[in-house]
Formats: sequence, structure tokens, C-alpha cells
Amino acid sequence: MNIDQANRTAVERMMSARPMLTGLAKALDVLPGMRENLILHAGPPIEWERMSGPLRGAVIGALIFEGLAKDEAEAVALVERGEVDFEPCHHHSAVGPMAGVTSASMMVYVVEDSTHGGRSFSNLNEGYGKVLRYGAFSDEVIRKLRWMNGTMAPALAQAVGDGIDLKALLSEALHMGDEGHNRNKAGSLLFLKQLAPRLSDPDVLRFLGDNPLSVLNPVMAACKAMADAAHGIEGSTIVSTMARNGTDFGIRVSGLGGRWFTAPATPPDGLYFPGFSSADANPDIGDSTITETAGIGAFAMAAAPAIVTFIGGTPQDAVHATLEMYEITAAEHDHFTIPALGFRGTPVGIDLRKVVELGITPRVNTGIAHKKAGVGQVGAGLVRPPMEVFEEALVAFAERYGFDEKEA
Amino acid sequence: MSLVTRCAVRAGSYHDSVVLMQLQRALAGLPGVMDAGVVMATPVNRELLAAGGLEVGEAGPDDLLVSVKAESEAAAAEALSRVDALLKVRGAESMGRGAESMGKFRPRSLASALKQLPEARWVSISIPGRYASAVAEEALDAGRNVFLYSDNVPIDREVALKRKAREKGLLVMGPDCGTAVLGGVGFGFANRVRRGDIGLVGASGTGLQAIMSHIHKLGGGISQAIGTGGRDLSAEVGGMTAIQGLDLLRRDPETRVIVLVAKPPAPEVARHLLALARSAGKPVVVHFLGAPLPGRRLGNVSFAATLSEAAELAVQLGDSPEAGDPIEGPVHGLFSGGTLAYEAMHGLSAFLSPEEYNILDLGADEFTVGRLHPMIDLDLRIRKLRQEAGGIVLLDVVLGEGAHADPAGELAPVISEIDATVVVIVIGTDEDPQGLAVQIETLEKAGARVFRTVSEAMEWIFLHRKSTEENLLPVSIQGPVINIGLETFHASLLAQGASSVQVDWRPPAGGNEKLAGILARMKG
Repeated sequence: MNIDQANRTAVERMMSARPMLTGLAKALDVLPGMRENLILHAGPPIEWERMSGPLRGAVIGALIFEGLAKDEAEAVALVERGEVDFEPCHHHSAVGPMAGVTSASMMVYVVEDSTHGGRSFSNLNEGYGKVLRYGAFSDEVIRKLRWMNGTMAPALAQAVGDGIDLKALLSEALHMGDEGHNRNKAGSLLFLKQLAPRLSDPDVLRFLGDNPLSVLNPVMAACKAMADAAHGIEGSTIVSTMARNGTDFGIRVSGLGGRWFTAPATPPDGLYFPGFSSADANPDIGDSTITETAGIGAFAMAAAPAIVTFIGGTPQDAVHATLEMYEITAAEHDHFTIPALGFRGTPVGIDLRKVVELGITPRVNTGIAHKKAGVGQVGAGLVRPPMEVFEEALVAFAERYGFDEKEA
Repeated sequence: MSLVTRCAVRAGSYHDSVVLMQLQRALAGLPGVMDAGVVMATPVNRELLAAGGLEVGEAGPDDLLVSVKAESEAAAAEALSRVDALLKVRGAESMGRGAESMGKFRPRSLASALKQLPEARWVSISIPGRYASAVAEEALDAGRNVFLYSDNVPIDREVALKRKAREKGLLVMGPDCGTAVLGGVGFGFANRVRRGDIGLVGASGTGLQAIMSHIHKLGGGISQAIGTGGRDLSAEVGGMTAIQGLDLLRRDPETRVIVLVAKPPAPEVARHLLALARSAGKPVVVHFLGAPLPGRRLGNVSFAATLSEAAELAVQLGDSPEAGDPIEGPVHGLFSGGTLAYEAMHGLSAFLSPEEYNILDLGADEFTVGRLHPMIDLDLRIRKLRQEAGGIVLLDVVLGEGAHADPAGELAPVISEIDATVVVIVIGTDEDPQGLAVQIETLEKAGARVFRTVSEAMEWIFLHRKSTEENLLPVSIQGPVINIGLETFHASLLAQGASSVQVDWRPPAGGNEKLAGILARMKG
């Protein structure tokens, strides 16, 4: 078996995927395996008892939003009676930032890979402030969700028209100072530019324009489509999922099927908003690491000098961050390029072997959630997955493909 | 203890929010400061600060608002007084750090170092021996030559690496190679020596250093110094690197004299090396430390008894009065003696490509139909000499009974007339009727180089003939370096003006042997 060849196939598929935003639909109608009592969450599987504050808060909010509970107490009781199922977004072709909580009647973006035919999904971005994805579930939060679901989503569905090429949008945004994870200012404006001609509601236009993260969720679904195209290649050591649920950090590997390798998530190292400190930080949370998995985000840091202060302070640090990621990736991206590096392709396709051999874990740019439900974002910074998940995956790969010691 | 809150406003001063967060962190870290907020004074931000018990003052969205909560009035005042300085320091710091770190990314793997310095021809390896051979192999697979300083590399690995190198036309110097000078750049431990025409091959690092330093002291200079590693001349390794090194120096146009230094090699390896040295076409000085000398000189090979004598001989041979302008062009042989022609052709064919020489035996049947043998009749040779303008012409003059009475006298006018380097081999004795001394003198006066044996003539030609081919060397003997291991080697390469990229190398899988084993098997 030729691992390098398998990896080339996987990364080739990742790079050639062409995610198109084709519409919006109700989760229950489009997510494979979606059910009314199922709550999807970010990261690897987790049971209620081990969920962190922000994830619990988001679950409570979703149950209220769905009308399954009228307040926190009812929601908790419902969960404790075992009437609510929890599964990762990733098990249903979906991704969501931070808590990632997605329930049956929520509207989701539908992204289709026009090269390989896969579909992927993501919920809608609520902007900054008090939001469900950080575990807030006050009336105000639920009201906003209802407006997004009932007013904004249908407008967007209509405005998407023949579809929006998210890969082209991302390539352009990388040349405008975005890295696609922590900075989506340019991409969000490009997104608005494409939608605006078919939008008439000033509230929707203002909401999208005011939210520098509006394109994050479609971008994540696009990255999910790219990563899924690389998944399931026999003999490939390419990492096809990285995700956190606020308690555990998990990865999956292309050649190792659906198996998760998990270890406790650590709090990010970053800068904090006024009044907060690392003591307030929740362990790392969210599916947004799908961006790094697909070769953008922290991997494209050299493209986003405006946010370098999160990782050390100088544009050169940003360049070094990207250079470091070339060490552990299988290829340079054909489509996502970095002007500051002479338009070199972004590092893409994390190779499990290189991570373990060199002792370099992937860099992840991330927002930092308050550990208490509903407080919201308290900062932003850098986090790295625990090395154990890669080591365990390598051992599992060796067992699965006969590279373990008894073979020798 | 009661806390004091104070704030300051910088009107119309826009800063990126990240800059502000850093400033806030710096302020909160000052002695006596409990909390700090630094924001653009938008209504939302002011609310946030107020909710945290910080003072918000009078400020608008375009103003910078700095607010601190401190243990004392003095601490608060002190913190606020530092704001502008901190903002300035930050700017200067980031500029300085940006410039300093420019291009200084330390790759962690050979693969990415090669992306950074694709023109690198050499990989210098000085990591612990048990990891070294895997890295050396990776370098060879990437088509790079290896300077392998590391020791404790098993001998079977050494043999495997050197075989692979030989197949790929690459060189592995080492393991346990302390010294090399390639294209004027010292690798590992190396003295600064002037460049020159003496090339060295050595299985002894300090031996090479001693000889090079002495050559330098005597006014000579070094073309290349190739280390082989201490075990290269053992029977197991068979002198693979030394053989490649001799071959390289033999064909290196910058090298006029070769020095071979080693502890006594295995006998069969010694035989092989000496045979190679004999056919080098250049003077070779051999010093096998502590071994009895087989003689002082065998043909072009001289034997030295000590390191310093090796240096002295090399410098003398390099300075030999024969050194003059280089000669060039193809070699045309016009022989009267068949065996002499054959010996010359044999010698030339070892070093020149077939297009570069043409040897005619004018005594062969095809030339003697209807005319006298060329030892008696020089007409055909004279006619051909006139035709062969340019290049190098090789003639034999055979004296003795039965031969022409004055061959030199007949050849001399033509030799002085034509525009070619003429080399003559005179065969005869001082009792021959033509007069040996007179014949030689006549030829030399006409401008010919005269020798008494074919091999001496060959040696002179090889020594003086300028190569028509550039890049004769099968391996690039110089060029930028990837340094993996001792950082002092990297620093010294840079100090010598060479390009070098230092790899921030660490043991695979952080030294976890189980994982490293799996990774090695996966590379298979």
C-alpha cells in the first residue's frame, strides 16, 4: 500500500471540490438522519453530563426555540428524562461554529460540491453579542433566532439565486486580508455584494452588513464539503476532521473511517476583551477548525496581517505561522494562495505522520467562549489540538494497516 | 483598602481593537493595578466598562478611552501616565521584531528546508548517530550530497548509504567525518586556508587539517578537501568514498596535485586506491599514517612519511617548474612505433572522450604500401604535421641502427613552423648513432616538449591540458548547505559567506520509540 499515493488522492479531492452555496432549507428537511428530538452539536460525541457551560446553554436555547421547553428548568428536565438525543453535526454532514447547536426547525445553508456531488450544511450566523452559539438563551436571543429563521433565511434563500461559488469567494477574500476563520470581514462583504441585488429588506441588509462573520457559516460548510471529499480514502493519513465540543478535541482520519480520536480540549492562548481573563475561558469549542482542516484559517495566517497581534504581534509571525504549517501538510493549495508568500498555495492536507514525527500540532485560530453559558465571546487567540489525538490515531492506523510491531 | 478608578481620554485616536487589548493587558500587569479597560468609546464599550466597575468619563466613539482600577491614587495615575509610552513601545517593538525575524523561519524538516533553499547541494548532518542515517538517506533520496559528522552510525548503514550515493552519483562524506573544504567553504572543523590547486582526500579529519594548515603555511592552497570518515578504507566499506573522491579530484580542473591521507587501509582497499592514484594523470602524494613506505616514488605517486612531508611534497609538485600556460585542444598522435601508439592511446582513453584524441600508427600496413617505414621516411609525418595546425601533436622519434640518420633535424623546421603544442617521445640510448643529446636539443630548440617515456608524456599532457568540458564533476563539489544539528556549523558556514539553512531538528515523534518505529515502518 502506498500512503503517499493515497494522500495525494485525498488532497487532490480536497482541492478540487467546488462548494457552491445553492440555497437554504429547514434542517429537518435536508440534514441526513435529522429528527425532531435530535440536537446537533459541535465537536466529537458528548453526553449532557460532560457538556461545558456554553454547550449546555445552547442546548437549552435550542429546546426553547423548538418549543419543546418553555424555560431552562423544563429544558433540563426534558434532557434528564432522556427525551433529547445528542449527536455531532459532523455525523449529519453539518458544521456549526462554537456550540454548533442545530435543531430540527432551524434553517441551514445548503452547500453542494459540484465536483464530487456531496452536500454539506451549516446553521446561520447570529453576529456578535448575546448569541446561542456561546450558550445564551434569553428571550432576546430566541427572538433574534426566530427573526433569522422566519425573515432572513427565506430572503437569503431567494437571494442566493443560481448559487454562490464559495471557493472563488474564499480565494478572493484571502487576497483581501482574511484567513477565513477568525477574520471574515472581506469575505462577508463579498457575500453581501453577491446577495444584495436580490435583497430588499433593509433589516436583512443591515444585519448582514453589520456582521463581519456573516459568511463564516457558509465558509465552514464549504470547508466541510472539501474535507468530506478527502475522507474515506483507503490508506490515507490525511486528517479529514478536527472539531471540539467544549470538553474534548476530536479528529478523524481519511483512511480510518468514522472513528474519532479525542482528548481533553485546552483553553486557547489569546487576548481578552475588557474585563475578562484566561480564568473566564471555556476549553476550546466549535466545528470552525474545519477551516484549518481544509487549508485556511490559521494555516493561511500569512494572508491576514491585520490580526497578527493574536499570535505574537508582527506580520513576520504570521508568515512563520503559515510556514510552520507547510511542515505538516501534504500539499500547497491549487486555489487558495497567499500574496505575501509570492502567491504560494496555502498549506493543505494535514498529514498525521508529519504531525507525530515532527511534534508539530496544527495551529487553530479561534474565538474564546466564556465558560458560563450565555456570557459570550471573551477573546480570541490561538489553540493547538492535544498531541495525544494524533498519536492515538497513528497507532490505530498502524494496527488497521499492519504497520504495528507484530508485523516487524 | 478602597479601590480607585480613574480614566483618561485620547480624542480622535483610532487604534485597532487588538492593539487596545494588548495595551489593556500591559496596563493590568502594572503594580497596584487591579483591572484595566482600553476601548474605543462606543456606547456599547462604555457600557461594558461601566458594568465592570470602571470609570467611563466623557468620550465619543472616535475617542480612545483608558480606564483603570487600582489600589491607590498613585498607582492609577502612574498607569495612566504610561499609556502613550506603551502605545509607542508597541509600535517600535513590532517593527523591530518584524525586521529581525524577517526570513528567519527555522524549518523543522529537511523537506521544508529544501523548499527554503532549493539550490542546496549539501546536507550537513551532526545529530545523534542513531537518528543520523535516516536523515542522511532522506538527503540522498532528495538528490543531495551528505557531510555526515555524526558518529555511532552502524557500519552496515554506512555501506548502504554509500552504495546508494554511488548509484545516484552523490557523495557521502562520513559518518564520523570531521573535516571538509568544498569550493573554498569549510565544513565541520576546518581551518581557513587559501584556495589553490592541491586537492585532498582523507579518512582522517585532523590529518587533513594538519596537512592543509601546513600547505597554507608553505604558501600553497587547497582546491578541495574531501573527508571520507574513519571507516571508509576498511574492507567492509571498501573505500567507496575515497575512490569517488580520488576520481573527482582526478577530473577536477582546479586540482593539479592530489594528496591521499589515511590510517593504513585494508590491503585490498590500498591496492585499489594506489592503482587509481597511478592512473590519476596528476601527481599524487600518499600518506598512510604509520605504514612502511613501499618506495619514495612510483610514477606519478609519491609516498610521504609524515603529515608535514605530505604537505611539503604536495607544494613542491604544485610548484614544479613545468607549470606554464595551459595547453588545449584535441590530441593527435603521429607514431612510427605501433606499441608506442598503443600505449599512448590506452593512456589517453582513460581520461579523454573518443572525440578528444586521434592516434595514428603510421607504421601500420595501410600506410606503408608503396613507401618506406616512417622510422626511415619522415615525409608522411611531416605532411600530416603541416595539416594538423592547432591542438596537441604527439610524436615518437625512435633512434638506433636502421633508423633515419637525423630525424630531429628533419622534424625541427616543421615543429617550429606549426601552431600546435608538440610533444615528442624519444626512444633511444646515448650510444645510438644519431646522438641522443643532440636529437633532444634540436627538438627542444624547435619548441617541442621532449620525454623519454610514453607515461611521462601522458602525465605532462594531463597536467597541463585545460579541460574543454565544464562541470566535469559528477557531484557538485560546492554550493549552499542545509545544516541539521550543531548550530555552530551553521554559524561558521554563514561566517564564511556560504548560504546555509539551519533545520530545527528534533528526534522523530519526540523520541517516543514506539511511534518512531511505526513511522519508520510506514516509510517502508
